[in-house]
Amino acid sequence: MNRSTETLVRARGLRREYGRGESLIRAVDDVDLDVATGETVAVMGPSGCGKSTLLHLIGGLDRLTGGELWLADRRVDRLSERALAELRCRQIGFVFQAFQLMDELTAQENVELPALLAGQSPRRARRRALELLERVGLEDRARHLPAELSGGQRQRVAIARSLANDPPLVLADEPTGNLDSTATLEVLRLFQALHETGLTLVVVTHDERIAATADRLISMRDGVFVDETRLTGGTGGSLADFVGLRGE
Amino acid sequence: MGRVFLVFRLAARDVRHHRAQALLLVVAIVAATATLTMAFALSGVTDHPYQQTRAATKGPDVVAYMTSPSQATALIHAPGVLVSSGPFPIASASIAVGGRSAGAFVEGRGEAPAAVDQPEVIVGSWVRPGGVVIERTFAQALDASIGDSVTMSGRRFTVVGIAVTAAQAPYPNLCYFTTNTCANFQGAGSRDNGVVWTTEPDARALTSSANPLDDFALNLKLSHPADAQAFANRYSALTGGPGPRHRIETSGGSGPAPGPAGGPNQVGPIVSTWEGVASADALLVQDAQSVLGPGALLLALLAIASVAILVGRRLSEYTRRVGLLKAVGGTPALIATTFMIENVALALMAAGVGLVAGWLVAPLLTDPGAALIGAPGAPTLTAAKAIEVIGVALVVALAATLVPAIRAARTSTVRALADVARPPRRRGALIRVSRRMPVPVLFGLRLVARRPRRALLSTANMAVTVTGIVAVVAFHATTTNKLSGAATSGLISGGLSDPVVNRDLEMLGVITVMLVTLALLNAVFTTWATVLDARRSSAVMRALGARPGQVGLGLVVAQVISALPGTIVGVGLGLALFKAAVKSAGSPPPAFLLVVTVLGTLGVVAGLTTVPAQWGTRQRIADVLADEAA
Repeated sequence: MNRSTETLVRARGLRREYGRGESLIRAVDDVDLDVATGETVAVMGPSGCGKSTLLHLIGGLDRLTGGELWLADRRVDRLSERALAELRCRQIGFVFQAFQLMDELTAQENVELPALLAGQSPRRARRRALELLERVGLEDRARHLPAELSGGQRQRVAIARSLANDPPLVLADEPTGNLDSTATLEVLRLFQALHETGLTLVVVTHDERIAATADRLISMRDGVFVDETRLTGGTGGSLADFVGLRGE
Repeated sequence: MGRVFLVFRLAARDVRHHRAQALLLVVAIVAATATLTMAFALSGVTDHPYQQTRAATKGPDVVAYMTSPSQATALIHAPGVLVSSGPFPIASASIAVGGRSAGAFVEGRGEAPAAVDQPEVIVGSWVRPGGVVIERTFAQALDASIGDSVTMSGRRFTVVGIAVTAAQAPYPNLCYFTTNTCANFQGAGSRDNGVVWTTEPDARALTSSANPLDDFALNLKLSHPADAQAFANRYSALTGGPGPRHRIETSGGSGPAPGPAGGPNQVGPIVSTWEGVASADALLVQDAQSVLGPGALLLALLAIASVAILVGRRLSEYTRRVGLLKAVGGTPALIATTFMIENVALALMAAGVGLVAGWLVAPLLTDPGAALIGAPGAPTLTAAKAIEVIGVALVVALAATLVPAIRAARTSTVRALADVARPPRRRGALIRVSRRMPVPVLFGLRLVARRPRRALLSTANMAVTVTGIVAVVAFHATTTNKLSGAATSGLISGGLSDPVVNRDLEMLGVITVMLVTLALLNAVFTTWATVLDARRSSAVMRALGARPGQVGLGLVVAQVISALPGTIVGVGLGLALFKAAVKSAGSPPPAFLLVVTVLGTLGVVAGLTTVPAQWGTRQRIADVLADEAA
């Protein structure tokens, strides 16, 4: 198989089916996708079109029914659960719509969790967590529990957590779905910053503003890609001005 | 009326939708109430067999033990005495059969039947020259049967019969020298003494200058058997009162010398009553009761833990239901009542089942023993005792349900409708400590920190279980020591089996099986509750890169962490219970046995919780996170 060394994510004939016979549902149906290193891809579509399922498949949270999937040069769809866990720990960061923070852990403890899972020393994990919290502008909230943070702050903690092990790929599932406009803007700024660092981002969203920050926009319907648009420069382009990221 | 109907309908629907949980609740309470019922039902079960034995053997109302036959005259002619037999000489001797040995009271008898106390021969025939008849419990302990050759103080005899008597307490509670009960006899020395009968010349031949004949038994029938105690008080008081006076020779030289052995004519008659013998006969069953009583208590405590676990889990499942009830006008009282009525109804049903089961099973435990003939009557269970059993069931249900019911009633309607999960607790210190641990321990510790009350319940569950297990282990160890002759002091020595100990072990076995079964069920349900509660945490951990094995092991670690302090506390409580039960007569089991018990218990907990824990890690991360986010 000929694969570009610059392609971080490569999917061929990706399928995910649920049920059998007449109740068979093809959530993702024969999808091909290439995501280059450093690229930001936004996937949009109506509810139930399969975009979240696609993200889960790419992130190894769900198993393919068919097709092939590579991350960098490694085929990942045949990996064991154990190997997939290792992959998620070191290669992939997740940002969820519902934040998925541990309620009983402080912001700092949430952020350092992936580093501890990766076997880093507690001291190093803490230092890294504080760095990341500073990067997302929450250094003064490090000791706060999620319940003591606003929605936007929680999502920024979740973004910081997704970066704990310096993964090359971050997958975000409706990252602004639970946020008001102010909080959405905070998150958009963060994604812009992440994009500028060369991080590869795949974002599933309903929000046109966040989609406009991407390098490429994929529209999805009934489990298949129906449209693909290369945007003019992503967060660095004019659309960034449109959504108000410039001059802020 | 409509409200009452609603409450019962909601409770019934809830039970129907959660049959497994309801069944466990019923099983837990049935175990406790059935055990308690058995303990109550054993009361007085030996009365009937003793009376039958007494009738069959022309049992005496009083037996007077004296140092000289001349002391008998006054008693034979005492007011109220109808008929007598004896005085019969009693020689003390060591008896050996097939490598087993013990002390024996050898009562010399005529070959013709006596007017009072003619032992009922169960197998074989009555005494003849060179032929010995052995009391049945003693024969069983010696493993002696008809035709066996026995040696007594160097002389050989043949076992010609095995008999029962109502004049003396059975082995190992044989007690020639108390008036009322043999209960205090345990501390007096060895209990390895039984009674045998020979002809009078054979009994006298066993005595010597070193082992003089200074004991005689006189059996008396009174005109009013109910006055036996007064008779005993009157004649024992005249002669210095009751007290130990026998000296027994045993082959091992460890025979007892209980108290001052009075020389001939130095101690007057000691009079024992039929009630005292009946009481000693009942020791077998009383011991069983003394095991069942604490056993029922331990089971009741475990039942409380079971119900609390189930109710706690159910409460977290029904947050939204509580909200709906409140939204449509349900008052806090209605919510609490609905919640409680279900468990109270199940507890009442379980109490009924427990009562019937205990009453039915009790006859299996009411074998009066080899000392008596005849069958026990139906187990006695008075209305008061039945109410007591039902009361225990209600206490179990209310103790475990009251707090959750009040909590449910006080839940905010909006929060309940939103089905907001009960927020986890934060234990900062534990979380900090966990950072330095391997991933499974990190996760396990944090799970414990999330739900400290559940962890405490697990700890209590294990404490109660291990208390029972350690008490049983200690009892077994002590018994083994004694039976092997290793113990130099204690209940018995000499290597004979003890029917009381055997019965205790049977009872302990039953209690242990029930304790362990309930505890294991509790452990599984606690793990299950933890797995469900930690569903999102587990999924997030896995999404962040924790391996399924690490998460599953973390769930197991959480249970083991909770169980560990309970196990250690249980060891202490178990030893204390054992000490209290045997009144300091037993020695504690070896330390290695306790260590094995602790490690074994923790191993079982770990093994048992692995299945639900593994199930918890098999759920698809995406599904769990989607469910939780919905």
